[in-house]
Amino acid sequence: MYEIRFHGRGGQGTVLAATILAAAIIDEGKFSVAIPSFGFERRGAPVAAYLRIDTREIRRMTNIYHPDCIVCIDPTVSRTVDIFGGLSSAATLVQTTDKPIGALDLPAAVTTVGLCNAVAIALKLFGRAITNTIMLGAFARTTGQVSLEALERALLGSEFRDAGLEQNMRALRCGYEETAVHHVQRKAAA
Amino acid sequence: MAAVAPLPSGRVLACDGNEAAALAVALARVDMVAVYPITPQSSLVEYLAKFIADGRLQAELVDAEGEHSVLSVLQGAALAGARTFTATSGPGLAFMFEPYLRTPGMRLPIVMSIVTRDTLTPQCVWGGHQDAMSVREAGWVQMYCETVQEVLDTTIIAYRVAEQRDVMLPVNVCHDGNYLSYGTARIELPEQDAVDTFLGAPDVNWHAALDPDRPMAVDPLTGGPAGAGPATFVRYRRGQCAGMHRALDAIRDAHREWARLTGRNHAPLIERYRMEDAECAIVTLGSMTGAAKDAVDEARAAGRRVGLVKVKTFRPFPATDVADALCKLRSFGVVDRSVDFAWNCGPLYREVVTALQGGTRTATSQSFIGGLAGADLTVEHFQRVIETVGQMREVAGPRDTVWLDAQE
Repeated sequence: MYEIRFHGRGGQGTVLAATILAAAIIDEGKFSVAIPSFGFERRGAPVAAYLRIDTREIRRMTNIYHPDCIVCIDPTVSRTVDIFGGLSSAATLVQTTDKPIGALDLPAAVTTVGLCNAVAIALKLFGRAITNTIMLGAFARTTGQVSLEALERALLGSEFRDAGLEQNMRALRCGYEETAVHHVQRKAAA
Repeated sequence: MAAVAPLPSGRVLACDGNEAAALAVALARVDMVAVYPITPQSSLVEYLAKFIADGRLQAELVDAEGEHSVLSVLQGAALAGARTFTATSGPGLAFMFEPYLRTPGMRLPIVMSIVTRDTLTPQCVWGGHQDAMSVREAGWVQMYCETVQEVLDTTIIAYRVAEQRDVMLPVNVCHDGNYLSYGTARIELPEQDAVDTFLGAPDVNWHAALDPDRPMAVDPLTGGPAGAGPATFVRYRRGQCAGMHRALDAIRDAHREWARLTGRNHAPLIERYRMEDAECAIVTLGSMTGAAKDAVDEARAAGRRVGLVKVKTFRPFPATDVADALCKLRSFGVVDRSVDFAWNCGPLYREVVTALQGGTRTATSQSFIGGLAGADLTVEHFQRVIETVGQMREVAGPRDTVWLDAQE
């Protein structure tokens, strides 16, 4: 089972991103369960969503405490939320940022990093920092857990409140193409 | 949450429990839906409003001014012969209470989802079974779902049970607020033909009707201290109890027929999971069951003889099945997502213990309460439950309830 935790802010489409990813994975014949964190999320407030992937039926309908992968679709939410909490070893981070990898403060457990300047892409495409579909492309590029084609089919079946399908399809592909994947070599602890 | 429409890959799709319930209602071809949105039920009735607006469901939608009106509207519609649906949660169910009590006595086969929510107060908008448990003695059939697929299937099954002529009772399909209402999973959508065959035409008001061609007094004043009143009232009450009891067979039959049509075999009353040669067991209700099964599998792999009993049908209570499943155990624990204030334990725990009263041998047992107000019930919680239940030895007297999320 592969476990993902999404972090973002209210209004960016964090929960919808997890739902679309679940639909894409199910479309590819695998099993997936997506569960949002619950509350009265307001625009700008920290939001989380949880997603599991497996080749067999997933029974637990619970939150995720030890993720294999963090997808953080907001550049600043890590200032208020510990996005690395409970991370598994050899974990993956997919992060929106305009910084190079050397400028990021990463815990030792993170060994694969996908970086995408999703905010800049979103401002260009939508005129607003809605980063969810861009970061789904970044996730696909970084992890290979889902194909770009399955994500495109899932987008076709989704409804977007703030932007059209065509813009989101372009956003998905931009995210995929404009993500740099780094494999972090760590020295073994003495 | 925005809708994720069916993917172009046939009958498999991804949706949450609220959308699954709405899809089931559309497949059941209901005639009348009355709604008042409330968290965490809102998206369910929003999906239905959309299905009706898009022409996917040919039904009347009444956006009523409150839940009391919602259920009153459905009573009138049912008396006019309509197949009906609504859904509510927590405070909405409370505001619906007067017509809620009236519905089973009028033997109206209304189906209503309770998207379960913990009750006030403290102020709370999150999941928990307290709302559905608070109305457990009102005379509605109540079934609790474990998965998104089970939400869809059970909502369809509910109409067949409700409209069975020797049952004629309203049915609550309970699915957990948050975890099932917003949890997205893979489901298989049944074919419309299969649902049509399974349900047939609505058969709702043959016994009580608002129909100019069949004038009758519906729900006239009945009872009183003397004359024919007491016996007449007793006849109605006994009939209602008998219908409720017959619902056990109706639920069993409906699940069997549904399995034949769709290949999906949900346990109708209780599910016994890995109970062969079990010495102890955990008893669960609703969406917590998946994590509990995972914990049971881990314990089995470590050589522990532990199993699980999931209660699906809570009203009527399948006492014989529960007693049969548990009576030979050394110990068991019941995990409730709500509170029985009078007995300081979980309500399912009290029911299970009562079901075992007639037996010759009674296992040592323990009530666990967790998952209140949206709290997560994790595999780790169930590992603790299994650990506690496995160490229990026979002791006289009641055991104090274990509150799984307490910080002591």
